[in-house]
Amino acid sequence: MKRQELIVSALDHGTVIDHIPCDRLFEVINLLHLDQMTSKVTIGFNLKSSKMGTKSIIKIADRFFTDEELNQLSVVAPNVTLVIIRDYEVVEKRPVSLPDELHGIVHCDNPKCITNNEPMQTFFHVTDKQHGVIRCHYCNHEQDIRKVKLV
Amino acid sequence: MPLRGKDSELWHIFAQGLADNATLYHRQTTFEMNRSLVTIADHSREKIEYLIRMAQEFERRPNRLILQGRIVATLFFEPSTRTRLSFETAANRLGARVIGFADPKVTSGTKGETLKDTIMMVSNYADVIVMRHYLEGAARYASEIAPVPIINAGDGANQHPSQTMLDLYTIYQTQGTLDNLNIYMVGDLKYGRTVHSLLMAMRHFNPTFHFIAPDELAMPTLYKDYCRQWGIKYVEHKDFDADVIAGADILYMTRVQRERFTDLMEYERVKDRYLLKLDMLSKARDNMRILHPLPRVNEIEYSIDDDPHAYYFQQARNGLYARQAIICDALGISLEDIQNDPTIIK
Repeated sequence: MKRQELIVSALDHGTVIDHIPCDRLFEVINLLHLDQMTSKVTIGFNLKSSKMGTKSIIKIADRFFTDEELNQLSVVAPNVTLVIIRDYEVVEKRPVSLPDELHGIVHCDNPKCITNNEPMQTFFHVTDKQHGVIRCHYCNHEQDIRKVKLV
Repeated sequence: MPLRGKDSELWHIFAQGLADNATLYHRQTTFEMNRSLVTIADHSREKIEYLIRMAQEFERRPNRLILQGRIVATLFFEPSTRTRLSFETAANRLGARVIGFADPKVTSGTKGETLKDTIMMVSNYADVIVMRHYLEGAARYASEIAPVPIINAGDGANQHPSQTMLDLYTIYQTQGTLDNLNIYMVGDLKYGRTVHSLLMAMRHFNPTFHFIAPDELAMPTLYKDYCRQWGIKYVEHKDFDADVIAGADILYMTRVQRERFTDLMEYERVKDRYLLKLDMLSKARDNMRILHPLPRVNEIEYSIDDDPHAYYFQQARNGLYARQAIICDALGISLEDIQNDPTIIK
């Protein structure tokens, strides 16, 4: 019988990040510093998805993410699905969506903004989650979340 | 050694006192932080009307000693003589003392000091800080870190709420109301900070705006979206003549600056189109008043200065009363305090 699918061993402990847009996969890898990990990491790229057409997926053994890391992840790849596995059981499965506020995560693209000239944390309000619009708390400039630079 | 008996009791009273003081200090600082004026968009209709009533009191009796013993700091990280003189006059006429700088070259900012350090240092000396800064968001940031209230006297291209407050006061003074007015904005509507702030502040009062500007300096989409979001009516005009002006209650003129144009031919073509000439007032309503944030260059013909519709010099004077109200409000002085003020100098 011809094998049609890639078989990946199940995780006993760890995190699966599913529904990553393919054009964001390598940004997610960089953001989570997966290249420096010593535990087992499985990366699937250009996989078929009924929801998205194609998608990417990452399985990371023995690693769980903080809220801060997930907030960063939501900026780079909005609407991914996070699955947390303990003892081969899915203990949590939820979409990672943009929070209402982003603290210290992205740069303001306005060079005249105080945040680019003072040693301080940036602060954005997410004004339109659907279209990914964020507004700087300080200078009021709006930015497209797809074009932001991370701090 | 653990404290016993009376010692323990005394220690408890002392510690409780410290805790009470800390709570009081926290309440005071929290209270004062909330009294900062960073943007007029933070103000409700009621708050705007309240500040207008305060400014009316100061117009009737501008000279008082209600701020005697208080220190107002004016920190101008970017020079602005007109705004600084207006704030300093407001403070001085109420008996406050003024410290600060008018020229950023004399500050430690040039030595690499952060804004935070400067603000924290001055907060030790002054009861309120009026600041002008070339960076956008500087006043918001200062208001979050300073233990004393911050009054934004302009932060880059972002906000200039005291100008908006004096514009609102002038509109109220000339029309007797802020409600249901036809406000015509002319000239540079793209970069003009004053027209953007005025537009946002008027959202409470059901205005109809008319935007008259060259294509290069048209009202940005962001603000037209804002109008739609708040149900504010607006009309855009290309022509600027007696027929257009005939419907105005307020004609808010701004300066069309040469340096704003990427195409200088375009500037030469439009620069005279947005000049207000005396004959253009032939059909104007009696109640119509011409405002301008000043300085004027050539956008209002000098012969208009003596026309009863001209109101820009009175508008500039209103800056004093509006800023007296803003400073007092930041310091927690109420309208009632001002109405019952025993320190009025007659």
